[in-house]
Amino acid sequence: MKNFISIVNLSKVYANNFKALDEINLEIEKGEIFALLGPNGAGKSTLINIICGIVTSSAGKILVNNFDIKKEYRKARSLIGIVPQELTLEAFETVWDNVCYSRGLYGKSLNSNYIESLLKELSLWEKRKSKLRELSGGMKRRVLIAKALSHEPTVLFLDEPSASVDVELRKDMWGIVKRLKQKGVTIILTTHYIEEAEEIADRVGIINHGKIIVVDRKDELIKRLGEKKLILELQETINNIPTILQEFNLELSEDKKRITYTYDTKNKRTGITTLLNLMRDEGINLKDMNTEKSSLESIFINLVKGSNNELLRS
Amino acid sequence: MNYYGVKAIYLHEMDRMRRTLFQSLVSPLISTSLYFIVFGSAIGSRIKEVDGVAYGSFIVPGMIMLTLLTQSISNASFGIYFPKFTGTIYELLAAPISSFEIILGFVGAAATKSLIIGCVIIATAGLFVDLNIAHPLVMMFFLIFTAVTFSLFGFIIGFWADNFEKLQLIPILIITPLVFLGGSFYSINMLPEFWQKVSLFNPVLYLVSGFRWSFYEIADVSIFTSLATMLFILFSCITIISISFAKGYKIKN
Ligand SMILES: Nc1ncnc2c1ncn2[C@@H]1O[C@H](COP(=O)(O)OP(=O)(O)O)[C@@H](O)[C@H]1O
Ligand SMILES: [Mg+2]
Repeated sequence: MKNFISIVNLSKVYANNFKALDEINLEIEKGEIFALLGPNGAGKSTLINIICGIVTSSAGKILVNNFDIKKEYRKARSLIGIVPQELTLEAFETVWDNVCYSRGLYGKSLNSNYIESLLKELSLWEKRKSKLRELSGGMKRRVLIAKALSHEPTVLFLDEPSASVDVELRKDMWGIVKRLKQKGVTIILTTHYIEEAEEIADRVGIINHGKIIVVDRKDELIKRLGEKKLILELQETINNIPTILQEFNLELSEDKKRITYTYDTKNKRTGITTLLNLMRDEGINLKDMNTEKSSLESIFINLVKGSNNELLRS
Repeated sequence: MNYYGVKAIYLHEMDRMRRTLFQSLVSPLISTSLYFIVFGSAIGSRIKEVDGVAYGSFIVPGMIMLTLLTQSISNASFGIYFPKFTGTIYELLAAPISSFEIILGFVGAAATKSLIIGCVIIATAGLFVDLNIAHPLVMMFFLIFTAVTFSLFGFIIGFWADNFEKLQLIPILIITPLVFLGGSFYSINMLPEFWQKVSLFNPVLYLVSGFRWSFYEIADVSIFTSLATMLFILFSCITIISISFAKGYKIKN
């Protein structure tokens, strides 16, 4: 698939000398939903604000549809819509005027039919004449989405879309995101909720302390999520795994006292009975056994912990 | 050129004026009327005329300049400061629009507003005193250029200010004294010689003098000096703004 956004060696040092992004390299494919997952302060907002032109980068290069975001900022930015993390809106303007204003800023003439259908889709049509400050938090979030979509962008950034959002809006939002994806819109969202990334993303990138730790397809991560480990403590040490057991995904620990069997819980047959029978036949006696589940959460936590340790060491 | 973008900013700013039409017009109207009462009637009863012009009429150009300057600066500085303050500036930064186009939208709207107010004041003044405008074209030129120049100046203030105090500091500390000391309500011939010399360092004097010339053909300094000063201030503002944009946004992290 074609890369729609490429980020090369991107770094950001804020005015107070804080390094928020450290040599980020990332490719976003056209039409995918990409979730940028990371704890608070990881640099998610900084990254997407740089792509959108709200924050300047310190080093590196970004292309959006092959347009350099600095040199060809008009072409690059015309393609982008952004829903910011904070609910920043004017107070006294009406919903309709404010959404039309956003479209104008992006250099497009008024298209009342499009804006009407957009407001209807976001359940904002009834509120079109309301002043922005009269709206509830959830409604304001909808207005921000409408503004971001007002100029029919081909890539949409959602920064922490479900922060302070009610269940209904979240459902609506995922509906809209899926419909946009069907229309071919590329969607990049940031979140620190793992479930959110799991629910809608095609690919997930995990970021911590300004570094991308892992980027993978969600199914791959879920596959790791479905994996379970059976840990067998042996009575006596063995030197190597008997050939008859080689077809299993086994791992012998360094002290030769423990065998770990990794299997997929979603398979109809996990192979545990066969494995245990074969081991008994081989004369391998067990002292104890237990199982370990790997969730995206534990993958996430391990990765983040790992990168924290690395940071401490350096 | 992002024509729709400039138009959007311009109309968005004008819309804010429409929403606050009452405040926008009422406060300059009240202060104008107060000037007429205090300066025109109270002082005017002592000073019959200046250079052959009735005192009430004499002060009209200066009063318009005072309003034009303060309004242009406050409109434009507030216009750009407000989105910085609320955070809605993100939209301007993310839009495919150049700094020049953003300035065009904001400064255009601020200048339009102060021109409207200026015209309303001329009309109001006409109710109090006799007005004749000897050179309407020159008058329009001064009106428009002053509005644009000081809107640009206000934009610079709003652009650099990072709190409300700074936003108000320059207008109160610099502009108001310069306008009052710039011969708005008197001719500098009425001052002792030393203060006449000092006054010549005040750029606002040249604006007021030139503007007054377009009404009554009386002036403290030559009309050409006034025009040159006007263009010099405009050019300085354009230079300052170009340099600050070239050096990078302060509003962008
Ligand atoms: N304007 C700024 N000046 C200095 N540091 C900042 C600024 N904005 C963000 N940071 C710091 O950069 C880091 C990343 O912030 P951010 O991108 O907002 O993280 P996230 O969105 O992942 O929570 C944080 O440690 C934050 O404190
Ligand atoms: Mg954030």
